[in-house]
Amino acid sequence: MTSEIDTISAIQQAALRELAAASDLDSLDAWRIAYLGRRGRLTGVLRGLAGMPIEERRRVGAGANALKERLEAACDERRAALEEARVTQVIQEERLDVTLPGPPLPHGRLHPITQTLRDVLRAFRDMGFQVAEGPEIEWDYYNFEALRIPADHPARDMWDTLWMDFEHDGRRQMLLRTHTSPNQIRVMEHSQPPIRVVVPGKCYRFEATDPTHEWMMTQVEGLAIDAGISMADLKGTLAEFARRIFGQERRVAFRCDYFPFVEPGMELRIDCFICRGEGCRTCGRSGWIEILGAGMVHPEIIANAGYDAEKYTGFAFGLGIERIALLRHGVDDIRYFYANDLRFLRQF
Amino acid sequence: MRIPLRWLSEYVDLTLAPEELARRLTIAGVEVGEIISSGGEWDGIRVAEVEKVEPHPNADRLRLVTVHLGDGERHRVVCGAPNVASAQKVAFAGVGARLIDGHTGKAVALKPAVIRGVESAGMVLSEKELGISEEHEGILVLPADAPVGGPLRSVLGDVIFDLDLTPNRPDLLSILGVAREVAALTGQQVRDPSIQYEEAGGPIGGIAAVEIADADLCPRYVAALIEHVKVRESPAWMQERLVAAGMRPINNVVDITNYVMLEMGQPLHAFDFKRLRGARIVVRRARPGEKLALLDGSERELAPDMLVIADAEEAVALAGVMGGGDSEVTARTTTVLLESANFHAPGIRRTSQAFKVRTDASVRFEKGLSRQLPLIAAQRATKLMVELCGGRAARGLIDVAPVKPKDVRITLTQERLHRVLGVDLPPAQVRQVLTALGFGCRWLPPDRFVCRVPYWRTDVAIADDVIEEVARIVGYDQLPTTQLRGEIPPEAPQPARDLREIVRDSLAAAGLQEIITYSLTDLDTLGKVLEPEELATNPPLRVANPMSREFEYARTTLRHALLGTLAANAGGNAGVVALFETAKRFLPRAADLPEEIETVCAVISGRKPDRWGQATAEPAGFYDAKAVLDRLLSDLRVPACYEATADFAYLPGRTAAVVVDGRQVGLLGEVHPRVAASFGIKAGVAMLELDLDALLPHVGGPVHYQPVPAYPSLEQDLAVIVAEDVPAGRVIEVIRSFPLVREVSVFDVYRGEPVPRGRKSVAFSISYGSPQKTLTDEDVSRERGRIVARLGQELGAELRE
Repeated sequence: MTSEIDTISAIQQAALRELAAASDLDSLDAWRIAYLGRRGRLTGVLRGLAGMPIEERRRVGAGANALKERLEAACDERRAALEEARVTQVIQEERLDVTLPGPPLPHGRLHPITQTLRDVLRAFRDMGFQVAEGPEIEWDYYNFEALRIPADHPARDMWDTLWMDFEHDGRRQMLLRTHTSPNQIRVMEHSQPPIRVVVPGKCYRFEATDPTHEWMMTQVEGLAIDAGISMADLKGTLAEFARRIFGQERRVAFRCDYFPFVEPGMELRIDCFICRGEGCRTCGRSGWIEILGAGMVHPEIIANAGYDAEKYTGFAFGLGIERIALLRHGVDDIRYFYANDLRFLRQF
Repeated sequence: MRIPLRWLSEYVDLTLAPEELARRLTIAGVEVGEIISSGGEWDGIRVAEVEKVEPHPNADRLRLVTVHLGDGERHRVVCGAPNVASAQKVAFAGVGARLIDGHTGKAVALKPAVIRGVESAGMVLSEKELGISEEHEGILVLPADAPVGGPLRSVLGDVIFDLDLTPNRPDLLSILGVAREVAALTGQQVRDPSIQYEEAGGPIGGIAAVEIADADLCPRYVAALIEHVKVRESPAWMQERLVAAGMRPINNVVDITNYVMLEMGQPLHAFDFKRLRGARIVVRRARPGEKLALLDGSERELAPDMLVIADAEEAVALAGVMGGGDSEVTARTTTVLLESANFHAPGIRRTSQAFKVRTDASVRFEKGLSRQLPLIAAQRATKLMVELCGGRAARGLIDVAPVKPKDVRITLTQERLHRVLGVDLPPAQVRQVLTALGFGCRWLPPDRFVCRVPYWRTDVAIADDVIEEVARIVGYDQLPTTQLRGEIPPEAPQPARDLREIVRDSLAAAGLQEIITYSLTDLDTLGKVLEPEELATNPPLRVANPMSREFEYARTTLRHALLGTLAANAGGNAGVVALFETAKRFLPRAADLPEEIETVCAVISGRKPDRWGQATAEPAGFYDAKAVLDRLLSDLRVPACYEATADFAYLPGRTAAVVVDGRQVGLLGEVHPRVAASFGIKAGVAMLELDLDALLPHVGGPVHYQPVPAYPSLEQDLAVIVAEDVPAGRVIEVIRSFPLVREVSVFDVYRGEPVPRGRKSVAFSISYGSPQKTLTDEDVSRERGRIVARLGQELGAELRE
């Protein structure tokens, strides 16, 4: 009897001594298993109770359970102290150099033309325009004739053309589209008003390259046709577009311009980024930078689509994405875009 | 078109400063591309009067000239010009004035100088020293009314507008046409040049004859005849104007034809009448094989659809493009036949393009000139020849006008005006604008205008053309601005576009940089990446007029572009370079537009990074490209599988076909070192290609949800030994077909002891589970046993213990 009590106090002495020596969480765990685990010393005492007379069992049991509670509490206390010491150690001795980089994660970027194109399309989508696409290699009919630019028309000089080696009726008839405007005709061929569509895509010109000219370019064509669309709507749509892309404080201006497939025709200009309208080298001293060409769809084209040209009016516009990207990013040479130098592309 | 403002001001008062005028013209559609200020460089040069000319004490050929600049300011200079004389008005540069040094071409400030012992306080200038001409024998003598002391600029300087014109406005290829615009924009009146002259000669009909044989190409031909002309230099004022407008003076007769062309926009041609056989002009198509020596010295063989001006025997001019050498006006010419005609615009353009000859005449004719202009221009030029060449005009003109010019009348309603512009304009304002532009305009209440188009406006044909006239003069910025109202059309799905954009985002997110390359290339480059047989069966479309050999064919693949860009960026990139492009490939079809196939191609090359981003020794290869492709296909929810295959551009044994639903939609593999080397790439390159159009039908729609498993999974590993040629994918397929298998993945492939040669050990981590209950170890063991048995039967696999 006495021996069991002695054992309990021996366990207590040893346990408390060893607990004080447990200097980390691992040794604390080992201690807990040694005393409180399924095969631990105190557990052994408790298990031995079953064979004792009732009196003794009550006495020894009470002592053992009290010790168990005490050891568990001491263990929790020790654990909390050790955890806190660990945090203190991390704080004091394991400081990180926060300026060091993390391990590399692969990071690809979209081409700046793709980025600008997406922004432009988003601006028009928000205004209710759908996106459509058309072929890059086109018939003369869609690129020129149906747009009121017949063969031998001087306006053909506005688009220096790369022709495909394909002749029909003794004439070259297939070409790399010089603008996205053929899609005006293509869209009208298979839809009825109301129409609101933007058509992005690559275009090609027979052109020597220099800092402001590139022979391959990306354009966005716009077309809206409905009863009651006027030039005032065209101005409003383009002004809203310019502000979304270039900022709310942007001033816009319109001037008369000529494209055979619109009447009246116009050009949209925004105030120069550099001089804010004062006139500088970038804007050719005019204070304005040309952004895009537009106009009211020529009534002949509306009629050719089979629509009632008295009732339906509409507008069309075409803008160059490279030019907008140049202006947004301050790039001074358009040839950077398709030279694909990674030192350039990775900046965007 | 260069418009000198001094010349312009002869026809209209210029009430605005040049910059403001240029702005207003530009807004109205007459774009002033550049404002050139001649005389702007004459810094500090003033008009002086010569008071006294004395001999130089030490030099016979030099003289001492005293000039007066007003207000008692006098300077004495040493001057070597033989023509200097008292009372002349001259251009004087005082000390400090900036002059262009004849040797260096740079501007230098004039310093006082001592010439042969006499101090000289400036210079009296020659034309050469002013940069006006090469004339340096004598000083420039100014008009007697030049204001003494005033800047030279105010006497001789000019402002020139260089116009960037649109092809619809041939009327603006003339000073008078621009004057009409200026008048309409500034509320001024146009002063038309005089066309009155005395007809002192005999009736023209008795001397010359004109016949139009091909009226479809020549709607009108007016001829004047001027006898007794003396061919010499034209007067200085005319030469100055021609030079200012960018033309070279030749002689008075030719200069007058050019002058009137610049003034009125009608090209003219002067023939030496004595050289015209039969004293007649025949306007006809060229005869087969007919040849003509042109003024530029070239001899051309004419095509039968080209229009010529012929005499009784042969062609003497290429109608509307260039005169012939034989009938050219020379110093010996005494009788001039003046041609003022109208030609079929497309015909002129065809001829001009066929010969690649663009002249001041052809650029005007090809745009479609007014048929009323030839008569007026002929009269104007004849008047000048009478006045400036001492000529005697024959009585009357020959005017062969098989097509009678008639007025164009257009009805414009207020309703249409409102419909197009979105605003009601007061009838009075519309009338005022149109009248100022030379239109006749009557308001017919309650709702319409009847407009008569002025003869020079060949571009105005319909009501909307008239509306543009009103709008551009009022100013587009003055018109209202509104937002679109009305119904928004229903959205049509664009799955192909959506797919491409997802592909872009997925590949960029996987670390690939997007590039955009040219759609044209050359055959040699295509030959580097395509099998000769494929190039032969699918020959790329050729550009008929390529800019260079480098860009002659529409590409049928993107491989070369990715490899070329990779090679170009090789320097300075020690780590991984990963690129992709989405673009069209162009596959020819018989007698139709090519098939444009939306394609994505990507390359990955270089050595993989360590924790610090430094290149390790481990190169990126097949499986890195596959990881990208797997991620992409997973983003698209396309259930693809890979099958070993072979392709010209890829390394055999390291090439896979991407197969979806039994159809190949792309390729993945390591680029054949021979192909990489042809681009100058030494490192290994992994490449992938996908035909997005073929992929499109397999792209998953909205995800259909699977219930989250109610019972836990049990993980167990399984290693089997199979023959080397059994792909891991086959083993996975079998394992996955068992009902209790939830997931399976490879975690190791091992070759070598104790695995026999020709066989490999593949280890799988398998996750088992059931929708009905929590599996016991026994359940899993039984399923595992069944899997091993099946693998043994089907693939000859044995369990690796």
